[in-house]
Amino acid sequence: MTTTGHASADQLAEQLSATTLLRFATAGSVDDGKSTLVGRLLHDSKSVLTDQLEAVERASLGRGQDTPDLALLTDGLRAEREQGITIDVAYRYFATPRRRFILADTPGHVQYTRNMVTGASTAELAVVLVDARNGVVEQTRRHAAVAALLRVPHVVLAVNKMDLVEYAEPVFAAIAEEFTAYAASLGVPEVTAIPISALAGDNVVEPSGHMDWYGGPTVLEHLETVAVSHDLSGCPARFPVQYVIRPQSAEHPDYRGYAGQIASGVLRVGEAVTVLPSGRTSTIEGIDALGESVDIAWAPQSVTIRLADDVDVSRGDLIAPSSGVPASTQDVEATVCHVADRPLTVGQRVLLKHTTRTVKAIVKDIPSRLTLDDLSQHPAPGQLVANDIGRVTVRTAEPLALDAYRDSRRTGSFILIDPADGTTLSAGMAGDSFAAEPPPAPADAQDAAADEGWDF
Amino acid sequence: MTTTVASVTDGTEGADGTGGAGEAPYALSHLDALESEGVHIFREVAGEFERPVILFSGGKDSIVMLHLALKAFAPAPVPFTLLHVDTGHNFPEVLAYRDRTVARHGLRLHVASVQEYIDAGTLRERPDGTRNPLQTLPLTEKIQAERFDAVFGGGRRDEEKARAKERVFSLRDEFSQWDPRRQRPELWQLYNGRHAPGEHVRVFPLSNWTELDVWQYIAREGIELPEIYFAHEREVFNRHGMWLTPGEWGGPKDGEPTETRLVRYRTVGDMSCTGAVDSEATTLDAVITEITASRLTERGASRADDKMSEAAMEDRKREGYF
Repeated sequence: MTTTGHASADQLAEQLSATTLLRFATAGSVDDGKSTLVGRLLHDSKSVLTDQLEAVERASLGRGQDTPDLALLTDGLRAEREQGITIDVAYRYFATPRRRFILADTPGHVQYTRNMVTGASTAELAVVLVDARNGVVEQTRRHAAVAALLRVPHVVLAVNKMDLVEYAEPVFAAIAEEFTAYAASLGVPEVTAIPISALAGDNVVEPSGHMDWYGGPTVLEHLETVAVSHDLSGCPARFPVQYVIRPQSAEHPDYRGYAGQIASGVLRVGEAVTVLPSGRTSTIEGIDALGESVDIAWAPQSVTIRLADDVDVSRGDLIAPSSGVPASTQDVEATVCHVADRPLTVGQRVLLKHTTRTVKAIVKDIPSRLTLDDLSQHPAPGQLVANDIGRVTVRTAEPLALDAYRDSRRTGSFILIDPADGTTLSAGMAGDSFAAEPPPAPADAQDAAADEGWDF
Repeated sequence: MTTTVASVTDGTEGADGTGGAGEAPYALSHLDALESEGVHIFREVAGEFERPVILFSGGKDSIVMLHLALKAFAPAPVPFTLLHVDTGHNFPEVLAYRDRTVARHGLRLHVASVQEYIDAGTLRERPDGTRNPLQTLPLTEKIQAERFDAVFGGGRRDEEKARAKERVFSLRDEFSQWDPRRQRPELWQLYNGRHAPGEHVRVFPLSNWTELDVWQYIAREGIELPEIYFAHEREVFNRHGMWLTPGEWGGPKDGEPTETRLVRYRTVGDMSCTGAVDSEATTLDAVITEITASRLTERGASRADDKMSEAAMEDRKREGYF
């Protein structure tokens, strides 16, 4: 990558042809330099334009700083600039010749666990930042646990401030080893550790001249080349019906199409399907992919499906191949992250939104609350407060075709809503999740994770 | 039209060793992914709200929004009406485009007029002549009067750092105010559109698009735009480093000589604060090449109102601006 000067005509042509999209999230403790890392990624990938940089320079000078504070590129709200911290998730966009990126820039402060959950929910990769001087701290373990809980497929450990530990390999190696073992014990499938200095620019976009001992990719190189989107189309097909399209026009008197976004898997014309919760069966007669008739479509395409039979289908129904129909249940067992300021309590009446279906529900039990620091479980907490993560049992008024979150982030996730005022209360992940056991010894960690998956 | 929808790629990323066995056999290009997400958002609103409306200015973002809505519900018509906040200082070419488009698709257009508010004495003209901040009241009163419960806006998070904090579904109170510290967390694709009577939800289907994405999509889909987006000779004058078009809105003043330049617009808004940029780009391809090479953001290059203070956009959004 070139970091200075104008892009050449070749680079322009490449940039225009970049086709894949990577969604990733960053997490780091306060003062770990996360905003600086994000600023550096944007700046060195030439995603910061002159007027934005001038605004940052102006603001930095106005505060008596003699070099531009790259953190100001991302702290967008008045309160954030006043306090010098990031309050809320922000989404950033940049592109290189190889790929387009959507970055969920999530605050690291302990009270904002819910923000990391929010950012991680749509991320295919998480960058966890640690300060090389402090190593793996409680907050790092929390971030790893949230990435594991949300099943973010790839985790990058960015060991920052290497310039403050004289770029020493043993410092990096010890942190990388400790973190990788911990992450593996959580079931994180892949960790890539990279030694960086966000402030000096080492190994963020440009390879560092200070760390010859490191032979791996820079942060940006890794982001550009990591394989993504391999989890959706391989799963059983799921099609939540969003909206029924019935033009009833002279041109289309009999058209009846079921519009939705394929949540997982592949759908084909001619396939036998079952509509849930009714259980009625039919065959896919046609697939309209936004104006084009196609024989095959896959997640996450938005399409319209026509069925061969005149069955009753409406918003909130789920269409699945008859060969792989999910079980329906009214008793949902899940892990939730509580995101509202008011607590979630046993006996509370809520609404549950799962795919396109919103149903009445009641919180039957909160069997345990998880301490992210050591993954211990506290039995029967009675309630969950903001940023708590815990197990819940929810009874729904109608059956839901719910997959386990481990199998599908899209059809295994739900939110709980306060029926009184619409507040989003909790983020839910159906099925098994964290267990009480502390992580096993590092040497066994890899095998244990491979054998037991996520059920700990 | 789309080329990737019908073709199954082999999923490899190329010769850099990153694709291969682990990569999906089915991939979507970034434009297809953004389109699919935008359509999903339109359909969610159609499924959950009673009275949605699309803010339509005749600018490229709202044009792309309408295009997505047309695709989302085809072959049925778009189940929404349109709303234009007319500052009274709009470019005539854009108004003509607006009316053509409304007629072509058989849509219903609501207009909230800043001029009517000024004539009635409810709003007062600002000394600098810009009417952008004056749009908020007509917009919010129209939302209340028509009881719109979902209002689609073409805002993109890449435009401005306060917008980078905006949700896709953004709840506004009965005064249409945005409180960035009290936003609902937005998890997965599970948008929460619940709202009390009097409140409404602003919906931003293009949240994850960049300016380049919008232009590439316009080119791919062959979408018609108002001609002022392409280079043309225009009489302009310079104010605070921006090329503004003379007009009844109040420019130029003494000492602001006009000249004829080859220019185009990157954004379309109120004539008093939307600047033209020097350009020779007369085709979509030339425009795309130009903005890819540009070292200025579209707002930095052409919007005077964002430069009023470090938090200009945040402050206006808090009051109910879109």
